[in-house]
Amino acid sequence: MLKYLIKKLYIYILTFFFAVTIDWLIPRFMPGDPIGVLVSRFTGLPESAKVMYSYLTKAFGLQLPLWKQYINFWIAIFKGDLGISIYLYPKPVLSIIAQSVPYTLIVLLPAILLSWTVGNYIGAISARHKSLDSSMLPIFYIITSIPYMWLGILLAWALGIVFGIFPIAGAYSFSMRPNWSWQFVVDFLKHWILPFLSLFIVQIGGWAIGMRNLIIYELEANYSRYLEVLGASEGLIRRYAFKNAILPQITGLALQLGTIVAGSIATEVVFAYPGMGYILLQGILNQDYFLVQGVFLFIIIGVLLANFLVDILYMIVDPRIRLGLGGENV
Amino acid sequence: MKEFIYFAFKNTKFKIGLAILLFFLILAIIGPYVSHYKDPLEYVSMSNLPPSRENWLGTTTFGQDVFTQFVYGLRSTFFIGLFGGGLATIIGLLIGFIAGYKGGLLDDLLMMLTNILIVIPTLALLIIIAAYLPYRGIGIQSVIIGLTAWPWTARAVRAQTLSLRSREFVNLAKITALRPLKIVLEEIAPNMMSYVVMVFILQFAGAILAAVGLDFIGLGPTKGISLGLMLQYSTLWNAIQLGIWWWFIPPGLAITMIVSSLYFLNIGLDEIFNPRLREE
Repeated sequence: MLKYLIKKLYIYILTFFFAVTIDWLIPRFMPGDPIGVLVSRFTGLPESAKVMYSYLTKAFGLQLPLWKQYINFWIAIFKGDLGISIYLYPKPVLSIIAQSVPYTLIVLLPAILLSWTVGNYIGAISARHKSLDSSMLPIFYIITSIPYMWLGILLAWALGIVFGIFPIAGAYSFSMRPNWSWQFVVDFLKHWILPFLSLFIVQIGGWAIGMRNLIIYELEANYSRYLEVLGASEGLIRRYAFKNAILPQITGLALQLGTIVAGSIATEVVFAYPGMGYILLQGILNQDYFLVQGVFLFIIIGVLLANFLVDILYMIVDPRIRLGLGGENV
Repeated sequence: MKEFIYFAFKNTKFKIGLAILLFFLILAIIGPYVSHYKDPLEYVSMSNLPPSRENWLGTTTFGQDVFTQFVYGLRSTFFIGLFGGGLATIIGLLIGFIAGYKGGLLDDLLMMLTNILIVIPTLALLIIIAAYLPYRGIGIQSVIIGLTAWPWTARAVRAQTLSLRSREFVNLAKITALRPLKIVLEEIAPNMMSYVVMVFILQFAGAILAAVGLDFIGLGPTKGISLGLMLQYSTLWNAIQLGIWWWFIPPGLAITMIVSSLYFLNIGLDEIFNPRLREE
């Protein structure tokens, strides 16, 4: 069991190392001169451009030898220093991101957990009823093909503009300040529901397809046939099938995280929801490279942590790993 | 081949998928010729006009013709699917074959790289690369999508290769001293053809969705038009608030239909290649 965890941890540390290296490498070895571009965007006067250029060169530490830059980069990361934002000058990137993370999580986490539960449930139902399956499966595939932002746009347009039920921008009304009053919570939830729904609905399709296929596969496995021959009730066989099918779905949760994060970025952009995706868009539109780099690092760290949690969950659920008997894809 | 065509045209999912895909493909090919306007970005009309005989899908806030943008956007979408998805498939196949067939240290190294890249969200990687490219075209976009989307393919191909490697006919080929490359190409690859086709279809769909995501957060092509850029512009210029539905419905609908048609093709092909799954 410990061996399993250590092996996983090892991969994650390597991944983190790799990601940080890419984060460091790309601004320095990309064709073109990012700093030049930056300066030309932000200053009109040639003199201030010069000052800006030398400031940025220093900020990136570009006058140092490469290996030193690389080490400094790591030191800065462990100090939590991700640079100063240009778009929201002079706020440090770290504090901007720290402010936006709660908004991302409050939409993302419920959407992931609920869609996973509901999707698995619908998928399992679909697998048992042949007549239902033939009409449900195409629907699942269509749902999973919808780009997140398009569903967001449709929901915003239909429910927000045409019917005018929900507000479509921001996390709460401009006239309010965050507090724990009843009024604010309702207002917050009203703003929250549409981004949540667009993430929730698209994900259901994928989980349902996965569960349906796995259950059908398990019901044809030898142990199911054997139980059938022994005269076990259908309910019992299904319960065994479900238990076996849920394991790959947990692994799937880890594999899907990247796509889901991508979806949440796009969804936040649609609803101007002040999470990391929205910050990222501002960073990109304003060529705020520190901000983009910082968000990249945070996404990686978040995904790695989530992966690790999924691994622990898997360990708890799968008795083979828990008891150290080895198991699939260890 | 004859058998394949026979079963293919008995399979409803395959037929529906193919029909939708061909519809959009033909629209992408002939659309620019039948459209009234030649340049998708040219200001040709009044702004925010609803669909009419002059502007089949209405106009944007800038008075650009939405239909013209749409058909040119479709072209970019197919281009990215073909080249981005194609590149990802080729890289995934190569790495998967080599890792699975060679085994040993090379296998360990390649799989470590694959596992690392699987954990890193593709979009995050794309963002950090694309953000630093001052000029981007759809060609470059396909290349960076292709370079980042291959890991799951490599892993799956490796697993397939491992299981094929120990089959008898491969052992026989080894005994006859066939070169490894020849064994991979002539003995193993043909047995995976159906699988490869299906992987390519999935990568095609994945590349399209990845490109839309990039375009939407402002990292799309710096010139030209694509379906994702249409979505981005419509959101940035308040098409939702103004109710200009003809601007954002067509691109999203087309992407959804193309991607789901690809999925249908994929399940259809699965049933065609695999007799046990065939519909009665």
